[in-house]
Amino acid sequence: MASMRDIKRRKGSIQSTQQITKAMKLVSTVKLQKARNRAEQTNPYFNYMYRTVASMLAKSGGINHPYLNRRDSGKKAVVVITSNRGLAGGYNSNVVKLVTGSDDLNAGNTEVYAIGSKGKEALERRGYQIKADGSQIIESPSYEDAAALCRRVLEAYTAGEIGEIYLAYTHFKNTVSHEPTLIKLLPVELDGEEIEKAAGSNVLMNYEPGEEEALDTIIPKYVTSLFYGALVEAVASENGARMQAMDSATSNAEEMISDLTLKYNRARQGSITQELTEIIAGASAIS
Amino acid sequence: MADDSRIFKVEIITPDRVFHTGEATMIEFNTAAGEIGVYKKHIPLTTVLAPGMVTIHRDGEENLVAAVHSGFAEILPDKVTLLAEIAEWPEEIDKNRAEAARQRAEERLANKTEATDLKRAEYALRRALTRIDVAK
Repeated sequence: MASMRDIKRRKGSIQSTQQITKAMKLVSTVKLQKARNRAEQTNPYFNYMYRTVASMLAKSGGINHPYLNRRDSGKKAVVVITSNRGLAGGYNSNVVKLVTGSDDLNAGNTEVYAIGSKGKEALERRGYQIKADGSQIIESPSYEDAAALCRRVLEAYTAGEIGEIYLAYTHFKNTVSHEPTLIKLLPVELDGEEIEKAAGSNVLMNYEPGEEEALDTIIPKYVTSLFYGALVEAVASENGARMQAMDSATSNAEEMISDLTLKYNRARQGSITQELTEIIAGASAIS
Repeated sequence: MADDSRIFKVEIITPDRVFHTGEATMIEFNTAAGEIGVYKKHIPLTTVLAPGMVTIHRDGEENLVAAVHSGFAEILPDKVTLLAEIAEWPEEIDKNRAEAARQRAEERLANKTEATDLKRAEYALRRALTRIDVAK
């Protein structure tokens, strides 16, 4: 059995770790609150954008537009949104796993636009080529950041360097459930059901300027709004994931401490018993 | 709502918030093709916004004025939705900053070199002018 001093020391160190995890949990709870409000406020914009684009595409079925057509280039780009800090449970590795596990995206044909240094490092280790690193964006995402990112990716797309654009991020469902998500941004492929719904609900829409020019301006805005929404949701998910991770770390520490307290008391009692036996043995030897 | 009512719904949405929802009898704004005014029962139209002033005429109330920069508008017979990347009420605009931006942009346009990004400078000037206009 470990000595009393060892157990005491161990208990002390677990206690101070518990204090840290408790504090981190409180901090991420507050941050989550803020991030969640923000994510909720961006939702209407994104929903409208999505509906408009869907109804446009529903009507412009046969339009020949670079944003809608499959490209020849075998290269693919993926924007990976993770965090700059760890200690958030499986948050970062889930997104990375999603990218590496995808059949379409392998290290040979994929360029990574990394946002969040954790994801960048993990993908770099697995041999992915990092095209750009925008890790500071995740600290406080703004719409301008999303627009700048969108411009960069679209430039590479229109120049023919890449043929497909993907986005990997963590979708924020609610405080306790976050879902790593991989979606294809370009060429735009909305699923048929959505398009039908949009087409059915809308009256015959006119476009000014013409549909193709309108697509020219609206698709980049659509992509930007997706990026922005993903960034804001990722921040909320990160804090949610960290809150959960720290919560379970705190309760694990609690468990270990009570375990160690029991052991410590046993050891203490054991040593007292031993001392007593020794004294009695000594006394009876003398008499 | 009676069918002969002239009132329709107006929504202005930006990425960060729902900027305004309300009712109007007429709304004026700038599009890429020029200024337009929209009454109820306009034909359905999706159009690209240009930086400019939005004026919302309301029934029996004061007109609302705001600045919007870049985005698009969806016009339906009984509803107009502006999706704007930036939208500001007059009281949110920093006049001095807009004035400084105007001067900067004008200077850049006045002494243009080959390196000057003309489109960007013009766009910046338009934005600044819109802000100044609206803030008045």
